[in-house]
Amino acid sequence: MTDKEVAVAPPTERDSGEPTGPAETPASPSGRRVHRGFGRSKRSRERWAALSFLAPWLIGMVAITVGPMIASLYLSFTDYGLIGDANWVGLENYERMLDDSRLHNSFWVTVRYVFISVPLQLALALALAMVLDRGVRGLPIYRSVFYLPSLVGSSVAIAIMWRQIFGTEGLVNDALGLFSIEGRGWTSDPETALGTLIILNVWTFGSPMVIFLAGLRQIPQMYYEAAKVDGAGPVRRFLNVTVPLLTPIIFFNLVLQIINAFQSFTQAFIVSGGDGAPADSTMVYTLYLYQRAFTSFDMGYASALAWLLLVIIALFTTLNFLMSKYWVFYGD
Amino acid sequence: MATKTAAPEPATQVSRRREPGSGWSGVRGLIIHLGLITFALIMIYPLLWMLSASFKPITEVFANSSLIPTDWDWGNYADGWTSTPHPFHRYIFNSMVIVAGAVVGNLLSCSMAAYAFARLKFPLRGPLFGVMLATIMLPIHVVIIPQYILFNNLGWVDTFWPLIVPKFLAVDAFFIFLMVQFIRGLPRELDEASQIDGCSYWGTYLRVVMPLCMPALATTSIFTFIWTWNDFYSQLIYLNSLEMRTVPLALRWFMDSQGQTNWGALFAMSIVAIGPIFGFFLAGQKYLVRGIATTGIK
Repeated sequence: MTDKEVAVAPPTERDSGEPTGPAETPASPSGRRVHRGFGRSKRSRERWAALSFLAPWLIGMVAITVGPMIASLYLSFTDYGLIGDANWVGLENYERMLDDSRLHNSFWVTVRYVFISVPLQLALALALAMVLDRGVRGLPIYRSVFYLPSLVGSSVAIAIMWRQIFGTEGLVNDALGLFSIEGRGWTSDPETALGTLIILNVWTFGSPMVIFLAGLRQIPQMYYEAAKVDGAGPVRRFLNVTVPLLTPIIFFNLVLQIINAFQSFTQAFIVSGGDGAPADSTMVYTLYLYQRAFTSFDMGYASALAWLLLVIIALFTTLNFLMSKYWVFYGD
Repeated sequence: MATKTAAPEPATQVSRRREPGSGWSGVRGLIIHLGLITFALIMIYPLLWMLSASFKPITEVFANSSLIPTDWDWGNYADGWTSTPHPFHRYIFNSMVIVAGAVVGNLLSCSMAAYAFARLKFPLRGPLFGVMLATIMLPIHVVIIPQYILFNNLGWVDTFWPLIVPKFLAVDAFFIFLMVQFIRGLPRELDEASQIDGCSYWGTYLRVVMPLCMPALATTSIFTFIWTWNDFYSQLIYLNSLEMRTVPLALRWFMDSQGQTNWGALFAMSIVAIGPIFGFFLAGQKYLVRGIATTGIK
């Protein structure tokens, strides 16, 4: 059976490697049979069908994803500036990075942003998921309310709101005033501006919380019963049953949120007014990249920055995976 | 088989009383609820505050910190609507055009690719699937510059095309993955039956797989709507001229040009900007549940 298929199928599809020809064109004598399906050319028919279903994705992958990735790598070795030609400059852009103090600053700003906000966000998400998981009435309502900030957290409207809340006359200072603590312009003070962005990211803890909730439901009841029989109290049950079984979900959230946080842009752009103000204290990496690429049209250098970002994210993700061996528990 | 997808929801509602006796109840339950409600209020207080400020006259926005304005004033909305270079509905319309294009594009192209990956056999399926998964995590910042150059050469900068056409090319691989997972859960016998009855692959895709995929399609639509509506980065890059602006771009312009003096109107327009998301989320949530339920019944 299979031998026949292999023997017959190749001519029809090898000849027509181009995606132009429709499936039914070859071999007019057997054309009828092709239409009937289920004959010897079913396999080739299936391949042509697959090609037609995948065509948009394939074009997109080549033209919009993988192509630009390679182009970006090439551009990073040129001095391209949108107008004029791209001249090969070798490693110049990468050497320039070494002396670019604004870049170094933006890197550390981003690292602080990511590694402070993500753990706080996940801790809050896990804590609430734990509380909600234990049979609270009105769970769907709580879940929706806590999820709301995640829905809108990356929007311009919320960033505008944030800028106002943490402004000199904002809500936060009003609240502090109640305890007669003197406030300040949180977003205009270089000491605290990044902090407001971190809080904004923590505020969107709803989406990892929903994932934690789903993960908690996967933990089989019998483990808790067994632990109870063995005399484990609530704390021991949490530490020795819930946490170990939840580590894959914690890990998943950690990887996802770190990757996301490295790429966040809108909040920093709006809260800082587009330039990382005050004093570059909110100049996250993506914002600096945007400025180099689309304000200065320094596209060669910006491409190098983009690739560095990819490498940084890949490195941290790899590191995350390597460390996961020591703390993530995959059952059995 | 299809009931499988629906089973967890109702079942968990009833049967999950883990650790009997230690669920929150009585006084402890009350305290927990109080804590949760307080926390929930703190979380959404900023939103409520912005909503209330959008109804307050300018003089009252900062003077009166109560959530309920002394008198409800729609003036901020009228004011905000007209104080941008174009009336605000122009920007809403622009955003809607992009969102509609993105939703249709994602539904078509991602479901097609997903069907091929989930159901058809073809050479290099494994490696291609791997490439698809890898692109999910690819930061947009890495590809945006050459994309911009490409669209610039095509003369597409300052049009909606760069924001819509990629969606018809299944660039949002996340949704392909989502639908692949969903289609894999559908019984293969249905496909085979339809093919014995004379359906082509396209017929099977259109008449069998797509109707059963409704919940996944709904999820895709909702997320595409929210992400595209909220999107700022690519719109900022591709759209320059006043009349092409979308809601986020208009808001940003508003904030820069007169935000410091006219907070009430800015808040009003911010509420207009996030309103559809809440609406879509609430409506979508219902639809999602129903979508799961209908597949369950089948």
